[in-house]
Amino acid sequence: MYDITVIGAGITGTFIARELSRYDLNILLLDKENDVANGTTKANSAIVHAGYDAAEGTLKARFNVRGNKMYDEICRDLDVPFKRVGSLVTAFNEEEMETIQCLYQRGITNGVPDMKILDKEEVLAMEGNLKEDIKGALYAKTGGIVGPWELAIALAENAVENGVELRLNSPVTAIKKVEKGYRVSAGEKTYKTKVVINCAGVYGDQIDQMINEKTFEILPNRGEYNLFDKSVGDMVKTVVFGCPSAAGKGTVILPTVHGNLLLGPTADPIDNKEDTRTTFDGLTSINDHAKATLKQIGFQDVITSFSGIRAKVARKDFIIEKARGREDFINVAGIDSPGLTAAPAIAEYVVEMVQASATSLEMPLREKENFNPRRTPSIHFMDLSTKEQEKLIAKDARFGRIICRCENITEGEIVDVIKRKAGATTLDGVKRRARPGSGRCQGGFCAPRVMEIIARELDVDMKDVLKDGKGSYILTEKTK
Amino acid sequence: MLNYEIVVIGGGPAGLAAAIEAKKNGAKEILVLERDLELGGILQQCIHNGFGLHVFKEELTGPEYAERFIQELKDMGIEYKLDTMVLEVSDDKKVRAMNREEGILNIRAKAVILAMGCRERTRGAIRIPGTRPAGVMTAGTAQRFVNMEGYMTGKRVLILGSGDIGLIMARRLTLEGAEVLGVAELMPFSGGLNRNIVQCLEDFDIPLYLQHTVIDIEGKDRVEAVTIAKVDERYKPIKGTEKRFDCDTLLLSVGLIPENELSKSAGITLDKITAGPRVNEAMETSVEGVFACGNVVHVHDLVDWVTEESRKAGRNAARYVSGALKNKGNKIAVQGINGVRYVVPQEIRPENLTGKTEFMMRVDAVYQNVTLVAKIGEEVLRSVKRRHVAPGEMENLVLDLGNINPNNMENLTIELVQEEGA
Repeated sequence: MYDITVIGAGITGTFIARELSRYDLNILLLDKENDVANGTTKANSAIVHAGYDAAEGTLKARFNVRGNKMYDEICRDLDVPFKRVGSLVTAFNEEEMETIQCLYQRGITNGVPDMKILDKEEVLAMEGNLKEDIKGALYAKTGGIVGPWELAIALAENAVENGVELRLNSPVTAIKKVEKGYRVSAGEKTYKTKVVINCAGVYGDQIDQMINEKTFEILPNRGEYNLFDKSVGDMVKTVVFGCPSAAGKGTVILPTVHGNLLLGPTADPIDNKEDTRTTFDGLTSINDHAKATLKQIGFQDVITSFSGIRAKVARKDFIIEKARGREDFINVAGIDSPGLTAAPAIAEYVVEMVQASATSLEMPLREKENFNPRRTPSIHFMDLSTKEQEKLIAKDARFGRIICRCENITEGEIVDVIKRKAGATTLDGVKRRARPGSGRCQGGFCAPRVMEIIARELDVDMKDVLKDGKGSYILTEKTK
Repeated sequence: MLNYEIVVIGGGPAGLAAAIEAKKNGAKEILVLERDLELGGILQQCIHNGFGLHVFKEELTGPEYAERFIQELKDMGIEYKLDTMVLEVSDDKKVRAMNREEGILNIRAKAVILAMGCRERTRGAIRIPGTRPAGVMTAGTAQRFVNMEGYMTGKRVLILGSGDIGLIMARRLTLEGAEVLGVAELMPFSGGLNRNIVQCLEDFDIPLYLQHTVIDIEGKDRVEAVTIAKVDERYKPIKGTEKRFDCDTLLLSVGLIPENELSKSAGITLDKITAGPRVNEAMETSVEGVFACGNVVHVHDLVDWVTEESRKAGRNAARYVSGALKNKGNKIAVQGINGVRYVVPQEIRPENLTGKTEFMMRVDAVYQNVTLVAKIGEEVLRSVKRRHVAPGEMENLVLDLGNINPNNMENLTIELVQEEGA
């Protein structure tokens, strides 16, 4: 019998599971995929928003501003790349200048610190690559960038280190109400649990409707992106938002925590929750935005394009509530932007909800004495000093062997991310953790090598090493 | 700090030929650094034949061609380190590398020869819409899986791009029992060698779709279908020309990019068109004493030309170390114009020219019955007729520059002139 089952190991689910792992509870974290962070968390803008976007009084506004403040400590504890590079909302005409004034006012109302309206000269001093016809911009010092899947993976790892049980390849197919809890069927197994927390992202409505009458519907909405090579990573220094309009929140141009340049997203309603294709028109529209905003941008430096699916709901706010008053079924749904930023605050709030129901659930929350907020530090070989590098190679020769020649990732680092808790089992799983294959050759050279290492470390045949999700086999059979 | 006269970065065909030639020309302490587990570079996965026709006057496989140089290198006692990655080259010719056994290596060289080769362009670089499943890979990666690891990468294959590796893989996968459904090429002509079109496609009845590109990839986990369409003269897909192929694999052979991250770290000037270092008649880059050769300079279509170019680099690196290479006099810029996309070398120094100098170049489109004309200013140095030229086939032109006016200030240009009435 589990105390709490969290469904979905994306950024929301992993944050909640890890926050709950502070307490003496039996926690189960389920995900349908073969890795954590394999849905929306792996394909989004990677921005820690300042908090002036959401309408005042909404959960979005409240958790955005609160979540933003929590990022420094969490990313330090979990050794996740996070940079407060600041953000700009650009204005190219008078109408847009008025819009950013409104955003500024809303930011004040929402409690966003350190904002300023910049004039043309100030903007250009900050971002020299913006077109000269810029009029001004809203600057928010607290805006930042983060590695979203690195964060979710780190949270899952730390949660497991603190006793959470993680079950991957476990799509939830049925939830039955039983006395004092639920019976959850997932994968081949059935789990009994006192409490269910639904963090199933774009499938949040389906999970909810397994037990409840329909009260909300997820409206999947796709965003497409272009990722550029590091050689053009300094085209902008801050997160540069286009001015929001009736048409949408505006396209963003930003550096990533790894020094690449990211451009996107589009916003298109779609029918199929798995439809993560990119389209010619979509990519053209974001490229056109970049051309209109920047003096210099070269599309020959795009190294990959991708898309992610937002879990939108009609309510235009997060749904974080007990399902129709059930004390033991909490929906955390509709977590679209600024969901990544808000996630730590959402987790805090959800734990408070559980706490408030603790007596009626006969599930007291006692803090563990041995909770460790820090995960085992990861190794970034190229960031070490020469002395440290030499020491590490002397201790373990695998750190002397570069596998990914674009990003200079060693065999030692790759083995490490496979061996960790919630470790990598696929080519993309290794890529998301240690970055081989995320450089300019996109795995052309290192993929065979990384597959060999995965096969060796997990004792499987090369042929059975997957690219990413189930069914994403790379090799078909032995040659003749 | 280790000290060598010449450090060669890369142990593929370029690095091997350069090291051997440097030794033959008097350099003593030479070190070849190779990041792979064996010497020979990409040749080791090119198990088809057709290598060596010019250099050895016989047809060899890639590994056989490599082996001749590897053996010679070993016989000459040239030092090399395998599984060793160079991290940085500085403009004062210090090389930082690492490997499992020795850890971090700091090496000071009198001359450096860059021979890192090239990499394949990827899906992202050409903006193919659709999903991102397994089964989309570059032709070279597939070649490695099939020829070196012994695994097939799919059963029904479509290939985008008619570069040589793609053509070679069309034949290779067919021989291994896969069904190759076709090759789509964006341009109105193939980017590969004509002999490969004949031997790898036509002989196996594999259709080549010129002026076509991929407009959609379907399949969430593994490729399920790929759609191609004809493009107009501005490379835009034309509605109504779509062809959808049920397949599990899309191979990309859409170009090679010289691998110059180390060159950039040394502050070397790169040529915008070749994407490789600009070099002079000695294959020396903009940083004195740093030479470059092979696919890191410009992408070749025959390894034989890589060998010849690399011998030139090796010879001159040895001359540089011994002080025989001059660098005091006038420099003449070399330019490709009117249909000649680029010329290597990009610069010549008359004081080092002893007679015949070879220039390598590529044209920008397919032309019939043209003349390649080399001039200094308005003075024609040489003109040579060509019945057929194409971007996929590198052209060379030998000029006798022994008597060039050392104080000449005009550019040397090489251009295409269309024959009258042609």
